[in-house]
Amino acid sequence: MTMPISKKIIFYVLLAVSGIIVFAPTLMAFMMSFMSNKDIMTGSLPTSLSFDNYVKAFGQFPLLKYLFNSFFISIIIMIGQLLLSSLAAYAFVFLEFKGRDLLFYLFIATMMVPFEASIIPNFHIIRDLGWIDTYQGLSVPFFAMAFGTFLLRQNFRQIPKELREASQIAGMGDFKFYLTVVLPVAKTSLITLGVYGFLTSWNMYLWPLLSTTNDSVRTVQIGLKQLQTQEQLNDWGVIMAGAIIVVIPTLILLFLGQKKLQKGLTEGALK
Amino acid sequence: MSMSNAVVRTTELKQLDFEQIKKKQRTKSFLKGMMFLLPSIVLFSIFLFYPLLRTIYLSFFLTDAKGVTTVFVGFDNFINMFSSPIFIQSIQSTFLFVLYTVPVTIIISLFLAVIANEKLKGIGFFRTIYSSTMGISVAAASVFWLYLFHPTIGMLNVILGTLGFENIGWLTDPTWALIAVSVTTIWMNIGFTFLILLGGLQSIDTYLYESADIDGAGYFYKLRRITIPMLSPTLFFVVTVTIINAFQTFGQIDILTQGGPQNTTNLIVYSIYREAFVNYQFGSASAQAVVLFIIILLMTLLQFKFGERKVHYQ
Amino acid sequence: MSQVELVGISKSYDKQKSVLNEIDLSIEEGEFFVLVGPSGSGKSTLLRMIAGLEEITGGTLKINSNVVNHLPPKDRNLSMVFQNYALYPHLSVEQNILFGLNAKKVDKKEQRKRLVETAQMMGLDELLKRKPKELSGGQRQRVALARSVVSEAPLCLMDEPLSNLDAKLRAHMRVEIRRLQKRLGLTMVYVTHDQVEAMTMGDRIMVLNDGKIQQVGKPITLYNEPANLFVASFIGSPKMNLGKAVYKPDLRQLMIEEKLAIDVDSTYLDILSIHKNLTIGIRAEHIFPCVDEKQTHQLEVVNVEHLGNETSIAFDIGLELWTAKWPGQWDINVGDSVPVHITMENFCFFDTKTGELIRSANVGRKQEVAAI
Repeated sequence: MTMPISKKIIFYVLLAVSGIIVFAPTLMAFMMSFMSNKDIMTGSLPTSLSFDNYVKAFGQFPLLKYLFNSFFISIIIMIGQLLLSSLAAYAFVFLEFKGRDLLFYLFIATMMVPFEASIIPNFHIIRDLGWIDTYQGLSVPFFAMAFGTFLLRQNFRQIPKELREASQIAGMGDFKFYLTVVLPVAKTSLITLGVYGFLTSWNMYLWPLLSTTNDSVRTVQIGLKQLQTQEQLNDWGVIMAGAIIVVIPTLILLFLGQKKLQKGLTEGALK
Repeated sequence: MSMSNAVVRTTELKQLDFEQIKKKQRTKSFLKGMMFLLPSIVLFSIFLFYPLLRTIYLSFFLTDAKGVTTVFVGFDNFINMFSSPIFIQSIQSTFLFVLYTVPVTIIISLFLAVIANEKLKGIGFFRTIYSSTMGISVAAASVFWLYLFHPTIGMLNVILGTLGFENIGWLTDPTWALIAVSVTTIWMNIGFTFLILLGGLQSIDTYLYESADIDGAGYFYKLRRITIPMLSPTLFFVVTVTIINAFQTFGQIDILTQGGPQNTTNLIVYSIYREAFVNYQFGSASAQAVVLFIIILLMTLLQFKFGERKVHYQ
Repeated sequence: MSQVELVGISKSYDKQKSVLNEIDLSIEEGEFFVLVGPSGSGKSTLLRMIAGLEEITGGTLKINSNVVNHLPPKDRNLSMVFQNYALYPHLSVEQNILFGLNAKKVDKKEQRKRLVETAQMMGLDELLKRKPKELSGGQRQRVALARSVVSEAPLCLMDEPLSNLDAKLRAHMRVEIRRLQKRLGLTMVYVTHDQVEAMTMGDRIMVLNDGKIQQVGKPITLYNEPANLFVASFIGSPKMNLGKAVYKPDLRQLMIEEKLAIDVDSTYLDILSIHKNLTIGIRAEHIFPCVDEKQTHQLEVVNVEHLGNETSIAFDIGLELWTAKWPGQWDINVGDSVPVHITMENFCFFDTKTGELIRSANVGRKQEVAAI
């Protein structure tokens, strides 16, 4: 069905205006990151654009170190989540054993415990393990993930049971089947979950704030907070440059994976 | 044939042995299942179930600065908490914050999802823009808005100024601070909520619209009679997730207001954080965490009960 | 030598719902054995128990005279073709065919050799590098068969392998599977809900309903001498025409569905005197048009189907709808009253209560199975 021109125009106007409003803060920050402090303070339009703010941000702060830490931690968490979620989802879909349903309810129950509500003992555990200021302290607590297990379980269920049966007749064990058939077949949803896991890990705030005390493993999010609180002169250009550096990896990931993410999340959440 | 000896190998077996073999196989499959689940179960136990129980335990004690329990005080922590005006205000602010953020987030996201669901040229571009805030971290978003809310050079006050209004102390005025934090949160939430709602819209069968077109239904009639009802499970999911997220808000507060001014933005998680990691009162902080846990538990149960989610998971 | 032997095999879930009841069966080596029944009859469950995919609740299963109840599928030395083919979507045709050999760690050279042979036999040479989604339904089916063939297992199980194909292809694959089985000397256990498939492919057929064996036998036996009302109405297309019959001794007539009166031959008197509740059945081809035959009844036509080589005519007999099949083309319209020839010797007699066959049709035995 084609839309009349007048209706089309209305939609485009709505789309454009909404787009500008939603994107304005990001766009503004992006602009500011290239502007001189004088322009920002006087509220004038940019008279000159330069990378000075970025140079300053990298120069005054160990941003590169923060970026590396964030990348490393996010990737570790992502891999951990994919591994644990897919193993658990496999058990819930392809294995039959006593107590399976009970364990499944246990997994559902974990969704009712917000991490924030158990953060005090968690902090003590990490401290007692000597994991403060370590990569494992920042990543291991997030490996087990009920949402990821559900999402993959949903997807594994679409794999015909006959595939497993055919492999049973051929004499293939469960672990090999998981590795050589299930994981390749469910590639798309693994990518979706991976992207989601990376996004949320990259954006983590409270836990890195608590479990890091120095720059050695500090993530870029906490780095940004430091940048903002320590920048006495209110050098907004430098702060924005830092913020833009923080959001660029996730924005790229989001732009690339938007469609898959939307499909995957809707399925994991609702079906 | 190379494989036929597998069958020949077996000797005659009595019925009794079958039962034993079956039992053995069942044990084996149980162990195999546990092997696959063990990593998750172990981590859940260490970082979720144990801390939860420990939180409840701590809430009945006083502790030293290291978190070691010193005196058992029974329900004193809870009693003190509910008689503390600061905590009462924290709870009030939290509920007020939920009330400010959730409906507005849903309405804006729904509007965006509806207009972005039209089949128009370049619609993908707009979808990407609308979902973009999902990729922006709490820290970055808070920094963006910290500038926008800046009393003198902030964009919002500049606009107000050019329109002839007086400047607003967005983050320093007790009447405005919670609203300012809410605006930031709504903006941050739009990306995710939009994405989920768009997914919900796209899964509505197009035949429904085509048949309504044949009946001559108008745009808003279709929106009211088809889109919204068909979207209701998704809407329900999004509402509960947004509410739960709102109760867990922390980063915005930490960067924008640190709970101030006059504790008006001291939301519950921030309150827990301050009590535990600034004042080192782990006992009373745990009592607050228990309250948070109960609230989230109720929300999740509500969702399972009404959201048909459990049915889908079976 | 019997290859597969089932002794008192039962299946129940949670010790309550019984799916299969005391199945005794023996399948010979090199035999094409068909399990047929409506959905939910337990035929697939039975097959999956033979395969080892489903636990056996009671009874003994023997393959090659060895008890295999406890063995996992891979140790039963069999192959299986699934309804949805169970092709691995991420693997090429070649990898799919070799999947089982790889899992069993068969020597690479041997794998090559068997692959080439099988691919040639199944006409898959050109398709080896493709993925399953790039194949047509028939080609996928062929890959599934190839996977079974390449395993060289002497026993092959098939679970409704043709039901995802269109009618034309199905007819073609019937012949092909049958030919393959004979050529390789496979013992085949074939599950289907389609009685045409059962009739055309099976050396022997077992009809299953509600977890119980209804009848085991050659296709023609099942057609001519159905052991009970279920088999009578399940086997054959159109199904056997059935009607409740009441004997009127005073008139020496059998009243069928209170509409059709048939003169009783004296040879039937003993049956009629012993059994009070009778149901009779007559095949569609035994309701003859009156050309040479003498007219026995005049029936009103309620539907006509022209198939070209034959014509199928439906009549109302009381509450039942009877169908007659006449060779050639007939100019008959709905509403016409046509003369037909129906006699008792074409009747099968069933006990209405138990459904069991009392006496089969005479003609069936002496005429239709032509010996060459």
